[in-house]
Parts: sequence; structure tokens; C-alpha cells
Amino acid sequence: MKINTAQKVFSTVSLTAATLFGMSTAHAETIKIAYIDAVTGPFAPLIKNSTNTLQMYVERANKEHWAGDNTFELIVLDGKASPQESLQQLKIASDQGVRYIIHQVGSGVALALVDAINKFNDRNPGKEIVYFNGASIAPALTNSKCSFWHFRFDGNTDMKMDGITNTLAKDKNIKNVYIIGQNYAHGQEFSKAAKEMLAAKRPDIKIVGDDLHPIGTVKDFSPYIAKIKASGADTVLTGNWGQDLVLLVKAAKDAGLKTNFYTFYAYFDGTPTALGADAADRVKMVTNWTNNAETDAANTELIKTYKARYGQDFEFLSNEGIIGMLSKAIKQTKSTDTIKVAYALEGMKFNGLSGEIEMRKADHQIQEPMYIVTWTKVNGTTVKNDSEGTGYGWRTDLKIPLADSVQPTTCQMVRPAQ
Amino acid sequence: MEFVLITLLNGLSYGLLLFMMSSGLTLIFSMMGVLNFAHASFYMLGAYLAYAISSQFGFWPALVFAPLLVGLAGMLVERYALRQVQKYGHISQLLFTFGLSYVMLELVQLTWGRVAVPYLIPAGLNGALFTLYSTDFPIYKAFMMAVALTMLGSIYLLLTYTRIGLIIQAALTHPDMVEALGHNVPRVFMLVFGGGCALAGLAGVVGGNAFVTEPGMAATVGSIIFVVIVVGGMGSLAGSFFASLLIGILVTYAVALDYSLASLLGKIGLIVTPSTPGFAVLNLTIASSAQILPYVLLILVLIFRPKGLMGKREG
Repeated sequence: MKINTAQKVFSTVSLTAATLFGMSTAHAETIKIAYIDAVTGPFAPLIKNSTNTLQMYVERANKEHWAGDNTFELIVLDGKASPQESLQQLKIASDQGVRYIIHQVGSGVALALVDAINKFNDRNPGKEIVYFNGASIAPALTNSKCSFWHFRFDGNTDMKMDGITNTLAKDKNIKNVYIIGQNYAHGQEFSKAAKEMLAAKRPDIKIVGDDLHPIGTVKDFSPYIAKIKASGADTVLTGNWGQDLVLLVKAAKDAGLKTNFYTFYAYFDGTPTALGADAADRVKMVTNWTNNAETDAANTELIKTYKARYGQDFEFLSNEGIIGMLSKAIKQTKSTDTIKVAYALEGMKFNGLSGEIEMRKADHQIQEPMYIVTWTKVNGTTVKNDSEGTGYGWRTDLKIPLADSVQPTTCQMVRPAQ
Repeated sequence: MEFVLITLLNGLSYGLLLFMMSSGLTLIFSMMGVLNFAHASFYMLGAYLAYAISSQFGFWPALVFAPLLVGLAGMLVERYALRQVQKYGHISQLLFTFGLSYVMLELVQLTWGRVAVPYLIPAGLNGALFTLYSTDFPIYKAFMMAVALTMLGSIYLLLTYTRIGLIIQAALTHPDMVEALGHNVPRVFMLVFGGGCALAGLAGVVGGNAFVTEPGMAATVGSIIFVVIVVGGMGSLAGSFFASLLIGILVTYAVALDYSLASLLGKIGLIVTPSTPGFAVLNLTIASSAQILPYVLLILVLIFRPKGLMGKREG
């Protein structure tokens, strides 16, 4: 077959153009993110809230091109709050080519995931997976078990405990503290940190009880309430969350227990309703955000639209950090390669709903401002928004700036070649 | 003193709830020799139906109609499914009820979702009944105890003083003779199965709003009620009554006991530190293992007295 000159010229020109095009424009990719969490089980309403939040931010990121030309696709997988189930879902995700995993609750699951991802990344160079941890606060994850592939987007137990014990220490009326928690990594670390920090800040306070109960299974906390009463405690310090806190508060209300409650997670779904009017001014919390924390336009708009669209209160601030900072890293590096993105995330600063936050390079722990808040009646000035339609909400007593919430780390991070 | 009394009351109310759940299972087993693995699922169904009825009509109609509906469901299951499987033997019936429990779980999740539903205690029953020293005892717990005791009394009267009760008692040990006398024994079985499921449904109506009504509730109680009937003795209603009270009180008091093997060793002078081998086990307190004590009791009973406290039939 004879190819004439015109055809030769045409094919050369078009081939060159195609090659140049292929080299100059970045691929507009669909980046798959897998969210593995306890979709079914006792913590389902919390995870539903978290899933809604993630979907909202993924939609926003895609619409407003937070990650340049790339779009995100969110896949939700049920880890059932069990390490074995979650590892199975991790395998399913990695088989589908997912390189970014998000997970919120359950330090036991988080520790298992970090371990599995470290091993997977060792054995599969070029296919590394990055894990974004939104709510598992066991300190080990950014200290002795820190990993280059793990990024934590919520203040860890030491940071939160420091904030809440400072407030507790200032109250001279508190003499007897009862610590109660869920019997797994988080509850155990909580108890240890509480005892250490209270001993340092107020050695005169007596720890009259230190209980660990099985997570998510106790339906009737009245025996524990009876024990708390018998111990003479005036304050209960607990890291309980979800159903375990709802039922604890409910049992306390039923038995007429009127102690203070110092908590980490009293704003998660179900607890504000259980607190109600009865617990006014007795419950304090350390948190990274409430719906009365900031009054700028971004906060006000989000609170309104989230409640209108999903019927739940916005709670999972860490999801804003996760999607926001991941997008920024992808845009910055013009790449979706996980090693490049991970290096870009180290030391990255980001402007979120609570102000500026920073992902510390040394241990991949987010540094963020925190708030000490008290549960009290809505009054239109210090407490504008209520929680779950109860007429009561969180009043900010103190904003702890980022610089003051920093805690030291023992992490010796091993980094891959760039 | 306050602690002992309040814990006793809490233990009794928990034990009576367990009895409500397990009495139906005992009846079905003593009557038909079928171990109904789906019994906890009927408990869950009762709670969800009560939620559905009470959100339209209020709690009291739900208290009456939800157990009846669950009983009806039980009768249908017996008549059209269990009876067909009966000719293949007891193991097949057991496997059938096991599969039924999964099917019921999925049906409940399809109808009401995977998240807990807000089935709440009615306003009239909220609040404290009395204050003992300084602890309030909730009205609703007293209500649960009253329902359980009324139920026990009614079953006892039904079985001993009514005609149908006498037929049921006779069919328990001599089904062929009873059939020869002209009674419809299969229909009696259907009524007993339905009745047992209705009892589980009633337990669900009163228990579902005190504890959380969620798809996982069947799995949480499923194993405990089997412990109750084994410890009490298969086939003995009185045995399951005492066993449920025993387990209820045991679990509730155990929470208060902070003793562990480590503290015991400490008393005789052997100090246990985190670096001692086996520290994790030695440091386990009775309080943190309170929830597994029923299963420890189950193992002990099976080893030392397999027929249970008051058992009439060997497993």
C-alpha cells in the first residue's frame, strides 16, 4: 500500500500533537477513597453522621475543584467496629485499587489498620496506602506506633486530657473523682493519662474509682451508677462515647446521680438528648468544635445547611480536615501518588472551621485549637444554637489556642524514599 | 446499705426481665423438644412492633397488641414451617430456627433501618418511684418487675387450673395418649409455640424502651437466655425463674467487686507488677468481667450438674 506524502505529514503531526498533549496535561483522575467504619452495630447513628459529613465534603471538593481537575469517589465499607472485619474491608478496598482509607472510631481498629497497612506497603511498593484517622485518639498511634502512612486528624488523648484536667484542677470544690471507661485501647489510655495528669496538677484529689466496662455491650449502667454513688465521688471523668455515654447518662438521670461529668464526647449523637435539662451546668467537655464555638459566616452557613439537609447536628470536624488537606496536597503536588501526597501533608497548614490547624511533621498528629465547653440553656448570646432540639447547648468557657494544646511526642518516624 | 439494697433491686429487675425472655423458650423446649434459636429474634420483633404501634397509638395499645402479633407470627412459623421440618428430626428443626433468626434480623433491618429506633418509655412511667437513701428507683423498672411477676402468675394459673393447661401438661409427657383421647395435639403445639413467642414479644415490649431497640439487640440477649435455661434446667419453668434471678443478681453485684487475682496475691505478700508474666490475666477484676460471669456459671453447671438446678430432662 502506498502512503503518500500528505498522509505521512498528517500522521506525524497528529502523533506529535497527541504525545505533547499527553505529556503536558495532568490526568484528571477519579480518586477512590474508602471509608471503613462501624456502619452497623451500636454506634451506627454516629457513623451515619460521619458518612453524611464525608459525602458532603466530597461533593463540595468535586464541585469547587479543591483537588484541581481530580474528583473523589467515596466508597463506604462496614468494619463493624471489629478489627478482623475492618481488616477484611481493607483487603476489599485495596483489591479495588483504593489508595486512601478513612476511619473514625475505635482505637482497637485503628491500631490493627495501621499495622496491616504498614505490612501491605512494605510488600507492595508502588501501591502504598495512606490512612486518615479521624477520631481514634489512643496516643500510641502518634508515639510508639507512629507510622509514615498514618495521619491523625483529631487531638489525641494526651492533648484532650491536658485541656480538661487544667479546667478540672481549677475547681477547688472537686475532691473525689471517679474514672469510668470502655475496656479497650482508648479507655485504658484515658484512665492512665487521667491518673497521671491529675496527680501532677492536683495531688489532693482522690481517685475513688477506676472502672472499665466492655464496649458497646452494657445496656444497663445502674450497677455502675450505684457503685459511683457508694464511692462518694463528686465528679465522673469519662472518655465514653456513643451509646456507652448515652446509657451512662440515662442511668445517672434515672438514679438521681447529681455529680459533675467531665467528658470528651458528650456532643455525639444521642448524648445531648439524654443530658437534657436535668444535666444543665454539670457537664463539661473538651472538644475541637461545637456549633457555638465560632460565629463567622462559614460556620453559621454550615450549621444551618447541614442540619437542614441531614437532620443531624454537624459533629465530625475531622472530616473537613481530611478532605480539605488531602485535596490541597493533591493540588500542590499535581499528583495522586500516595508518597508525594503524604510528604506534602507533613507540616501542612490549613484553614478550617475552628481556625488554622497544622499537621505536625514529626508524628503526623494534627495540631488544632480546642474548646472547653459547658452544657447549659440556650440564651441567645453565649449559647445561640442548641443541640438535637433540646433547647440546651454548649457554651464556650475557654478556647485553647493551637500553641497551648501542643504535646510532646516520642515518635521515631521511618520515612520512605521520596 | 444503700448500695446493697439498690443493687439487689436492680439485680431483681434485670433477672425478672431475663425470666420473661427465657420462660417462653423453656415452655417451647419442654413441650416440643425444639430449641428455638430464633427466640431472641421474636424478642426483637416485639420491641420493634411495639415501637411501630406506640408511635401511632401510644404505649398501652402496644403493650396489648404487639405480643399478640408476635404470637401470631410464631404460630404461623410453627404451622407452616416448623411442622414440615419436624419429620426430619430435632436437629433439622434447630437448624431451621437458626436460619430463621438471620432472616428475621434482615427483615427487621429492611423495615426499620440499621440504626437504633427511638422507642421511648411513655411519659407516665418516667421518673422515680421512690428514693432509697439518696438513690431514685425508676418507676419503669418497677413496672417491668410487675409485668414479669404477673406473667409468671398467669402462666402458672393457666397451666394448672384451666382445661387447656391440663391438656398441655399431659401432652408434655404423653402426647400419643392425649391424641388418642381425641385432642388436637398438633394444634396444642402450635398454640404453645405461639404462646412462647408472645412471651418473648412481651419481654421485647417492656425491655425495648428501657434498653436500646436496635438490630443488635437479639444477638446481645440471645446467648444469655440459653445460659438461663441450661442453668435452670431444660424444661423446668421454676428452674429458669431461679436461674434468671441468680444471674441477674450475680451480674449486678459483680460490678461492685474490684478484687482480682493480683489483689489476692498482694494480700499474701506477692506483689504483682506490670512486668510479671500473666499480668493481664492476674489484673482482671471481677468488676470488669461481670458481663461474662453467666457463661462461667454455664460451664460450671455443665461440668458439675448437667441437668441444671431443677431440670427434668437431660439435654
